[in-house]
Amino acid sequence: MSAGVDLARVSTLERARSGRRAIRRDRLVAFLMLLPSLVAIAVFVYGFIAYTGYVSLSNYTTSRPDFTFIGFDNYIQLFNQRRFQENIRNLIVFTAFFLVVCLLFGLFLALLVDSRVKGESIFRSIYLFPMAVSFIVTGVAWRWLFTPGDLEPTGLNLLFESLGLGFLKARWIADTSVWPNIEVTGLKVRLLIPLAIIPVVVAAVWQMSGFCMAMYLAGLRGIPEEIKEAARVDGCSELQVLRHITLPLLRPITLSAIIVLTHISLKTFDLIMTMTGGGPGNKTELPSLYMYELRFSQFNTAGAAAVATILLLTVSVLIVPYLVYNRRAQSIER
Amino acid sequence: MKSNQKITRRQTLKLLGLGAAGAALAACAAPPATAPAAPAAPAESKPAEQPAAGGGGKLEIFSWWTNGGEADGLNAMFEVFLSKNPGVEIVNATVAGGAGTNAKAVLQTRLAGGQPPDSWQVHAGRETLSYVNAGQLEPLTQFFTEQGFDKVMPQFLLDQLKINGEIWTVPVNIHRSNVLWYNPKILQEAGIEPKFPTLDSLWAALDKLKAAGNVVPIAVGGKDKFEASHTFESILLATFGADDYVKLWDGTDTMWNDPRAAEALENLKKLFSYANSDRSALGWADAMTQVLEGKAAMTIMGDWAHGLGISKGLKVNQDYGWTPAPGSDAFMWLSDSFGLAKGAPNPVQAKAWLVVCGSREGQDAFNPKKGSIPARTDPDLSKYDDYLKAAIADFSSKPLVPSAAHGASTTNAYQAKFHNTLEVFSSDLDAKAALDSLREAAADNNK
Repeated sequence: MSAGVDLARVSTLERARSGRRAIRRDRLVAFLMLLPSLVAIAVFVYGFIAYTGYVSLSNYTTSRPDFTFIGFDNYIQLFNQRRFQENIRNLIVFTAFFLVVCLLFGLFLALLVDSRVKGESIFRSIYLFPMAVSFIVTGVAWRWLFTPGDLEPTGLNLLFESLGLGFLKARWIADTSVWPNIEVTGLKVRLLIPLAIIPVVVAAVWQMSGFCMAMYLAGLRGIPEEIKEAARVDGCSELQVLRHITLPLLRPITLSAIIVLTHISLKTFDLIMTMTGGGPGNKTELPSLYMYELRFSQFNTAGAAAVATILLLTVSVLIVPYLVYNRRAQSIER
Repeated sequence: MKSNQKITRRQTLKLLGLGAAGAALAACAAPPATAPAAPAAPAESKPAEQPAAGGGGKLEIFSWWTNGGEADGLNAMFEVFLSKNPGVEIVNATVAGGAGTNAKAVLQTRLAGGQPPDSWQVHAGRETLSYVNAGQLEPLTQFFTEQGFDKVMPQFLLDQLKINGEIWTVPVNIHRSNVLWYNPKILQEAGIEPKFPTLDSLWAALDKLKAAGNVVPIAVGGKDKFEASHTFESILLATFGADDYVKLWDGTDTMWNDPRAAEALENLKKLFSYANSDRSALGWADAMTQVLEGKAAMTIMGDWAHGLGISKGLKVNQDYGWTPAPGSDAFMWLSDSFGLAKGAPNPVQAKAWLVVCGSREGQDAFNPKKGSIPARTDPDLSKYDDYLKAAIADFSSKPLVPSAAHGASTTNAYQAKFHNTLEVFSSDLDAKAALDSLREAAADNNK
């Protein structure tokens, strides 16, 4: 026994002594192996981000490349434009609705599926299915449904009418009104909710709530039954179990879901492009669409780069704290 | 010792791996490295130009003609080209959608990356300005003289094509923008004569249709972004008259401060009050379809709407009718054209292509299929249908004005703002805001 321990100790020491060099060499080799992808990422990701940032400060506002430094003019111009102010308003409204409804709906579906109903896997697949569809398809299909029709109803309106639910008919994606239409001094845009954006939120929620459900379902399955059992033994009702046990334990999942959904919503392009094209009158236009128009229709590269930079900063305001939080959580676990 | 040997073996393996990774990286890096070099290639290959002219080689044509008559017309032109230049491999690079917006986006990326197609579609007139300013097109004035195009195309068109004193593109066709399409049955039942020499005559007709209440008096789209501005340019023409209308596009806001500008917006607002309310959800084709199906009485759209009628198996002057848009009998034109890329990979074939584009044979092959008229004054009339014959006659007899919504008198940057302003107006009906942004955008017609 003791001889064995000694032998083991000796061999460890030996390894440690000759190994220091080996480790250093290993590290070097590992670094060299990573170098190509590091270089590629440095150039093709961070390099171009830096380039975009630089272009956004330049005078490259026509089809003729002009990299004269002009400071923050492009940004100032953007924020003074009624159109960009509308974009920001729409972005905030869209993100808020999309996030809240998606989370609630996803949680609801997850709780339903988790309640051990018969054919659970079928329901799970059905709820997840929309995620497999591209946003383009979602946009086109929901556009048909939400086109109101004029003299004769079409889409959903037609359905409502034939079901005798005529009072549910609405202007949907052709609704030009903003609710409650508040004017704020200093802003060129009226607040708060452009009604035409609601159908777009519905389509986005339809597509992404399945994803939310999957995340919550994973979280629910990760909660040990014993804790809930203990609570029940202590006399908690099912609602109290949900309120005091399940929901708090799902908090990390909610946070992850918020991050993922928010950055999806900030970058939404294809759905809006196919469903409303930003209309009516920019009421559903998001900065991503305006960026596309600036670059490819107005040939205002610097302006588009400024929008891109603003979007990047907005996303990173969300992502960076999340990454920091994650790192901390991981180091605590260790 | 043993462990040393092991390390060396491991090292060898790692070095091998590193070498492989390096090679892979080099392979990855290769395409971007050749990309910037591409524009230089034609310069090097210039001495080899002459032999390539005999036959063979490649030709890349970039357009947004992807479906129906447009694609057929393009293919007919390719056939003419191949009969004269056998053995050339044609690369037909088309990008669908958005009245060319998507194609322009792709084209921008290619031009920015230094990989131009040999020749690309562009609206003739001021829309070429941005490509000219960026040095992406070769001047073609001399080419026009060599080919004698300057003698067979109307002088006004040649004048419009000139930017900085040079011609840059070869127009293939002419479309008419200011056409009012109507459903003859509906107008007849309402007792309306389909002639609208003034806006007032239009209002009277629309009042009658609105009172009858069973159809949309005038269908207007919005989904494709240009429907509102398209309708507006006809209203502008009616409000300003042909002579002053042209001055609107001079790159200053002078004419936009004229009281008639506000009046034109009021007229458009009035027109919208007779139109469908779901404008933003309909495309121009949906609006025209409503007219063809008898759900709407009329719509103002360019004469590509005629192509839609034909494709549905309907007959012009019978199932659907046309008349110049109200208030003016001028001919508002727009034209698709092709230019020669600076640094074109295949300049010889590209020039041969432009010869076909400007030739009577090429234009007579293309236009009957596309549903437009030739930019030349000597077409073979037997190839054109009744509407196109009438358009050819109007083209040579009426006053001519350039379209703003389709680039004949506007740059890409201006068009984008023009479209958006009118799209917003179609939804908000705020004339003051629209006028402000039109004044603000005026200077963009210089870039």
